[in-house]
Amino acid sequence: MVGPHSTNFKRWHGANGNIGLAILGNILYYLTSTVTHQPRHMKLHISDTDGVPIYLQIVNQIKYLVAAGRLCPGDELPPIRTLAETLVVNPNTVAHAYRELETSGVVEKRRTAGTYIKATGSPLAREEQRRILAERIDALLADARQMNFSIEELFEIVRQRDNELPPQSSGKSKDKSR
Amino acid sequence: MNNIVELTNVTRAFSGKKALDNVSLTLEKGQVLGLVGENAAGKTTIIKHILGLLKPDSGTVRVFGEDPVKEPVSVLARIGYMSEEDVMPGWMRISELQRYLRGFYPTWDQEYALKLQKDFDIPDTPFMTLSKGQRARAALMAALAYRPDLLLFDEPSSGLDPVVRRDILGAIVRTIADEGRTVLFSSHLLGEVDRVADRIAMVKNGKVVFCDRLDNLKQSHLELTLRFPTARTSPPHFEGVIAAEGSGREWSVLYQGDIEDAQAFAVGLEATIEEHRWASLDAIFVAYARPTIGAER
Repeated sequence: MVGPHSTNFKRWHGANGNIGLAILGNILYYLTSTVTHQPRHMKLHISDTDGVPIYLQIVNQIKYLVAAGRLCPGDELPPIRTLAETLVVNPNTVAHAYRELETSGVVEKRRTAGTYIKATGSPLAREEQRRILAERIDALLADARQMNFSIEELFEIVRQRDNELPPQSSGKSKDKSR
Repeated sequence: MNNIVELTNVTRAFSGKKALDNVSLTLEKGQVLGLVGENAAGKTTIIKHILGLLKPDSGTVRVFGEDPVKEPVSVLARIGYMSEEDVMPGWMRISELQRYLRGFYPTWDQEYALKLQKDFDIPDTPFMTLSKGQRARAALMAALAYRPDLLLFDEPSSGLDPVVRRDILGAIVRTIADEGRTVLFSSHLLGEVDRVADRIAMVKNGKVVFCDRLDNLKQSHLELTLRFPTARTSPPHFEGVIAAEGSGREWSVLYQGDIEDAQAFAVGLEATIEEHRWASLDAIFVAYARPTIGAER
């Protein structure tokens, strides 16, 4: 678990500062640490050669991380300044991205001034998941058409491959005991 | 006064050749402006006017509301400047440099200077014994230590290795995060400008080609792939096209405007838009540097 004395915490919250506030902060941290944790690595990649504005690259990647389950409800995002320094981008750009994420309901600002992934199992995450799948399916379909596979043949391959994969750990309505 | 820098219709010629041609540019408090352009486009000349090192033939330059040529002391005391050239005396040690500069800048913060020296890992040896990267870091320390209101960087990372470049960009980012700091930096590395600037201005042949917010600029420029029913010998042209390249039936076009308008124009040319995407900063830069001229409609 990431504690307040770990380097991560110091990096995000500053090593020095008002002692009283720091103690209060620690108390608050322990009170809330059962429900929130900071993801150790929020690996974002900024592309310089992309036409997509950088704020939108940040928005899309955070949405992706949420949809992929690598950022969970209650996870705290790094403070604007910290993320700006890590990515070496203008802090205004990060602020813009966070505002955008807040408007679309992915994150929420809390009274303690942090930004957190929203707890509600939002339909947006599902929507985003569908979008990610659709992108992959499009690529698959393009290949299949190129190689003259019919959609039925493709379904058959998909089903075969699925049968060969180990069953999901959550065991969703599948009966594949091996 | 919200404009830290204000250039109005500035023209300046060197031996009859116009280096700046009617340049107007403003920089608001707290903004980061990236100045881009090909070599000899006029970037350094603009920066020298802001520093009051050059006087315009016509037009006005105001920095903090003052004329930098007439009030150099009060203006320069509030500007941190770093260029790609080495201007520090070679025999001077870093500690001597700090003592020397302290005399010039009433706001010099020695504690901060020492912290920067430590952070940037600069040894206290004569300047000429430092590596290029260390010299750049020392110059950065010297430009930041009196906490100037305006930072001017002229190609700050030109010819430096990625680690030092990252240091310099990191310093710019931290500077912006500190409230109220305004930055103007010229660079030919568009990726850097893309990451760090709020606004971007491109100069070409002494003229400002565009000056806009970066996200506006990117979202208003598209790369279109056009397909024509028959091969054409000249690049397609319609309103909003900056540059086009291609041959035969397929042409790639850099276009400024809405996709709906582009679609209407394409229909007028009996073309279809096969693909459209936001243009990268590189593509936008190249298009404005080499626009398609005299294209047939």
